[in-house]
Amino acid sequence: MRQIRQLLDNAKPQFSKGGRFEKLHYVFDAAETFLFVPGESCADGVHVKDGIDLKRTMFTVVVALLPCLLFGIWNVGHQHFLAAGELPDVWSGFLAKAWLGLGVVLPMLVVSYGVGLGIEFLFAVLRGHPVNEGFLVTGLLIPLIMPPTIPLWMLALATAFAVVIGKEAFGGTGMNILNVALVARVFLFFAYPASMTGDAIWVAGPPSKFVDAYSGATPLAVAYSGGMDALLTEPGSRFTLSNLFWGTVPGSVGETSVVAIMLGALILIATGIGSWRIMVTVIAGAVACAALFQWVGIGPFQNVPPHYHLAMGSVLFAAVFMATDPVTAAHTEKGKLVYGLLIGIIGMLIRIANPAYPEGWMLAILLMNVFAPAIDHVFVAANIRRRGARATLR
Amino acid sequence: MNYQLRRGLTLKLAGTPGGATFDGKQPASFAIKPGDIPGIEAIPHVLVGPGDSVLAGQPLVRVKAQPEVQLSSPVSGRVYEIRRGPKRAVEEIVIEADREIQFVEFRKPDLASRDEIVRLLLESGAWGLIRQRPFNVFANPGVVPRDIFVSCFDTAPLAPDPEIVMQGREGAFAEGLAALACLTEGRVHLGVRAGSKTVAVDLSASLPKIAIHQFDGPHPAGNVGVQIHHVAPLSKGQIVWTIKPQDVAIIGSLVSRGVFDARRTIAITGSNLQRTGYVQTRLGAAVAPWVENNLKAEPARLVSGNVLSGKQIALASHLGFYDDQLTVIAEGDQPEFLGWLLPSYPRPTMSRTFLSYYAKDREFDVTSSQHGKKRAFVMTGEYERVVPMDVLPQHLLKAILGRDFERAEGLGIYEVVEEDFSLCEFVCTSKQPVQRILREGLDWIRSEA
Repeated sequence: MRQIRQLLDNAKPQFSKGGRFEKLHYVFDAAETFLFVPGESCADGVHVKDGIDLKRTMFTVVVALLPCLLFGIWNVGHQHFLAAGELPDVWSGFLAKAWLGLGVVLPMLVVSYGVGLGIEFLFAVLRGHPVNEGFLVTGLLIPLIMPPTIPLWMLALATAFAVVIGKEAFGGTGMNILNVALVARVFLFFAYPASMTGDAIWVAGPPSKFVDAYSGATPLAVAYSGGMDALLTEPGSRFTLSNLFWGTVPGSVGETSVVAIMLGALILIATGIGSWRIMVTVIAGAVACAALFQWVGIGPFQNVPPHYHLAMGSVLFAAVFMATDPVTAAHTEKGKLVYGLLIGIIGMLIRIANPAYPEGWMLAILLMNVFAPAIDHVFVAANIRRRGARATLR
Repeated sequence: MNYQLRRGLTLKLAGTPGGATFDGKQPASFAIKPGDIPGIEAIPHVLVGPGDSVLAGQPLVRVKAQPEVQLSSPVSGRVYEIRRGPKRAVEEIVIEADREIQFVEFRKPDLASRDEIVRLLLESGAWGLIRQRPFNVFANPGVVPRDIFVSCFDTAPLAPDPEIVMQGREGAFAEGLAALACLTEGRVHLGVRAGSKTVAVDLSASLPKIAIHQFDGPHPAGNVGVQIHHVAPLSKGQIVWTIKPQDVAIIGSLVSRGVFDARRTIAITGSNLQRTGYVQTRLGAAVAPWVENNLKAEPARLVSGNVLSGKQIALASHLGFYDDQLTVIAEGDQPEFLGWLLPSYPRPTMSRTFLSYYAKDREFDVTSSQHGKKRAFVMTGEYERVVPMDVLPQHLLKAILGRDFERAEGLGIYEVVEEDFSLCEFVCTSKQPVQRILREGLDWIRSEA
């Protein structure tokens, strides 16, 4: 520890003003502040500050994402072997499945972090600002919301697009209007729809190895075409409520397991890092909307009950990890309730009522990202009005 | 009335003054620091020179923009020096104190005459003890305030206990209140801690034009700004005055005895001191005698006031014009290996990512470390949790940063001063200089209005 400190102290002059690597100051700064919380004391204002900083905040989110990541790695392997007709038992071949999944997910992580952090550092150097911690989370989110068959060059392109256009163009972390990870996904969704939709993309591995009768359809696609009957009569009873709950179904890497997502939600709520208001209202809005459709009941997909809707697709992942991004969500506490509720309703509306898009959460959240300032405006204006009314009363 | 406030945070720090009397020498020098009083220009008119003899109550400084307002010497003695800072700003006028304080004898006022009381307060320099909202500047003698507010308790970290500092001054306090009551067209509002038997409740209930309000809740329930907001919020164009309880007693003895007896009981506090306690002294006392040979660790940070809203001062310096507390903590200039991941020592926090959050009764040893570097605003809802007022701190700050006059006005900039937002700065994940932003905004609005 002392040796590291000494190494940093020796190198520091080179990276400071006037040094040989002056331009790389913020690269060095990022490395230094990662290893050591800087010995910087309060300048003016308060003389004691809370221990929390952005690094710890972001790291907590990363920890909350770990259950989804680890389960996702295993499930990528599990789905592959299911498709190939081997090791259908959940408990068999753990190492083989994890190894295969790691072979798929690890390159995705490397590409996402490599490209994203590369651009972050580049911008930090060019624009002379410190490297922000926000990408620690974004870089992990991006692979988790992609299908496991996504070509790595596409992932790289999407990450670059999201970081440059979605974030840096607005001024970096804290200034962006749209959720950065979702910008990456929506870019691929519209630019390369063939690689982002359909039944063939959710299981890793060459289709030649799969058994003939195998369909790679997600539970959502099956329910969409045939409703509850199709879900429950799926060969091999793959889509029981229990399987949906544990997450042993095809889908994007990190989104399938209700259990893993709930573990993450528990961490975020217990630490106070994620807004429970948003999580609860997104789910409430989604359940209310699904229940309404079930009550009207005009068609097999509409008849799917709300608890199945929650267990399928990416609604929970979106509610816990996407909608809660503090920068792009509503900023007022009351606004968060409205923001979450509208995401829940709109997302479920797109899922059930719109035949053009298979899933609604990405679009619902991006849409509400745009409207979040408008929601805040209502509550901020109310505060201003209250104050104005008081002035005339006296 | 009883007000139950829920939002806020009481920081529990080690180094409380306890109930003990601090044994130590009386300081040899006292100083007036014009910079402590917002509204006074950087270079006011200095009325004395080094070597001059002065009496307690003799004016040292006159405000150029408002010549009837002056600041007086808290002690009698010899002017030691006039310390100047950057651009020749007058930082301190230091007086070497006599052993026996000699006072200027003022004519006692007719207590029924507002004009006579105002004249005496201006003449004696006690006027500076009264502050004006909005903006927390010195009071304008030309206006009659809507109300006057006195918070009779302090919820800030390691703050002095009102019962101890007011001991033996109950009579002067009541006389001061009576005089203040003549200055306003409204009332003198006293904020007291719910359920406490303070001097204020006992004596003042019988006085006319006095209203007593009970407050319960964590810091900043004791801030006078928070109390104004709940009792009778300040609207645009209205003016109220505020004053601290010890200063009410100073005014009380001024009107009854005709002398500017600037007595203060000071709490010597902080986790970096070996001995803490209370000491009876006067306004603007030198801090060195209480700090020398009393430090636990070097380097130390000396704060005149509390750690949230106080000012950092040098060892050779003096307590601030309004401060009745000295806090000494360790300087936090040591890098901490992977401190964001696994903190190496417990620290006060509002974040549940730390185990320290759950140690509700623990008194923390603190340093002045920032625990991180400044970042853009990312987290939301943090500030709201520690401001028990109907204001939206983050939106107000952004309105200030964007220099949006109307919006800042609408969001309540007239109702807040730095100390009311000091907890926002404490909890801020992005380490934003909240109080500095607010002060810049207040100065900007004042210059525009």
